[in-house]
Amino acid sequence: MIKSADVVVIGGGVIGCSTAYNLAKLGAGKVVVLEKSYLASGATGRCGAGMRMQWGTETNCLLARESVKMLSNLAERLDVDVDIEFTQNGYLLLAYGDKMESQFKKNLVLQHSLGIPSRWVSPEEARDIVPFLNTQDMRGATYCAEDGHCNPFKVTEAYAQAAKNLQVEVYTDTEVQGIVAKNGQISAVRTNRGDIQTDTIVNAAGGYAKTVGRMAGIELPIFPERHEILVTEPVEPTMGPMVMSFYHNLYCQQSPHGSFIMGIGHPDEPEGFDIRSTWQFLQDMANRLVSILPPLAGLNVIRQWAGLYDMCPDRTPILGNSPQLERFFTAAGFSGHGFMISPITGQLMAEMILGKPTTFPIQMFDAGRFERGELFVEPSVV
Amino acid sequence: MTNDTIICRCEDITLGEIRAQIAQGKHTLEEIKRACRAGMGPCQGRTCSLLIANEIAKATGKNVADIPLSQVRPPTAPIKMASLLGGKKHD
Repeated sequence: MIKSADVVVIGGGVIGCSTAYNLAKLGAGKVVVLEKSYLASGATGRCGAGMRMQWGTETNCLLARESVKMLSNLAERLDVDVDIEFTQNGYLLLAYGDKMESQFKKNLVLQHSLGIPSRWVSPEEARDIVPFLNTQDMRGATYCAEDGHCNPFKVTEAYAQAAKNLQVEVYTDTEVQGIVAKNGQISAVRTNRGDIQTDTIVNAAGGYAKTVGRMAGIELPIFPERHEILVTEPVEPTMGPMVMSFYHNLYCQQSPHGSFIMGIGHPDEPEGFDIRSTWQFLQDMANRLVSILPPLAGLNVIRQWAGLYDMCPDRTPILGNSPQLERFFTAAGFSGHGFMISPITGQLMAEMILGKPTTFPIQMFDAGRFERGELFVEPSVV
Repeated sequence: MTNDTIICRCEDITLGEIRAQIAQGKHTLEEIKRACRAGMGPCQGRTCSLLIANEIAKATGKNVADIPLSQVRPPTAPIKMASLLGGKKHD
């Protein structure tokens, strides 16, 4: 294994691979990615694979908008031969009750100011989009036709290949076991395959970001939380958009492959690394899903699994340096929406690490914001 | 078996496609599954897993017994959403 590097990226998910590619592209020198298992084995490869621009904070809207732009021709941008299965069949966010309706309408104003083509639809119009939608008690919905889907394995693969083409070294089955630092400066990363001398680290370890932070003596407010998900048998295309309900805490989308991918959030899920599946999820999922999309009761469930959200207290990621240790950068805490903003996030991280002006301002997303009390609470998360 | 032989019957993946993945450096069932969907269909890899493990063993010179199989994911067999409804009151 390589003995020294200019930058070591910890985590071979989509954020790590996108950051590594952008670093190499911007001339960071020798860049290394360390992944304890295989690429996209963590949150990236377990996610719901949706792409949406309908967010409730300016930053998430901007990051998502730019990322969708980049994903629309990613293989070309990266000069790799990988089909990332990018499709734009929209997202339909269902609104129930006064509070949600007014929040959604506020979100629309924000989204329109940023050029995101979302709109309010009545229950009748929602049924034009998804004919079998149960609109009982629904106030309406917001719809953005340009939201969609992408294959997380393929996007990660595309970035990893592009990074390798720029001489980035990607080590899988390589676990980081320690970080050597003295007087506030990093000197090496310790792995099960030897040490790598470096003065710059990117912590892109997702659910394990806190664990990696602790190796450097840094306490990050990111915590792992299990989210369960399932996939059905493939059927003919029957549902265009991702249907999302914050009231039911549920999302469901038919993938280009024909299968339906769906999940629910659980408000009482404890912090932890447990990613086992449960029968309670199956039952809960089925009950909630069938109440809003009744005909899907006829689908066969093929497989269920779970993954870790890397949760941040305000559900907005930490992107930045840490005050206690020089050149220890974190790109984690994505709270369930890292995949869809990974293209631009990798670029911004690389710009910041290399001391270049960032395409969008991100300095306020450093870990220090929690001490300063400057949070960016994202309201629209399942 | 030739490169045209179907290895994963659920997802129509041929031996040639599997060999191409292995040649790209994917030496575990988990990686191959994610790259080309082999083992993701209704049978959940009951047929193809061992065949793919064999191919990995051949290509890497390892003993097939040393190739880890994929994580087994529930449910054991496909189950209708409708069969999962209700039941809360009678548990």
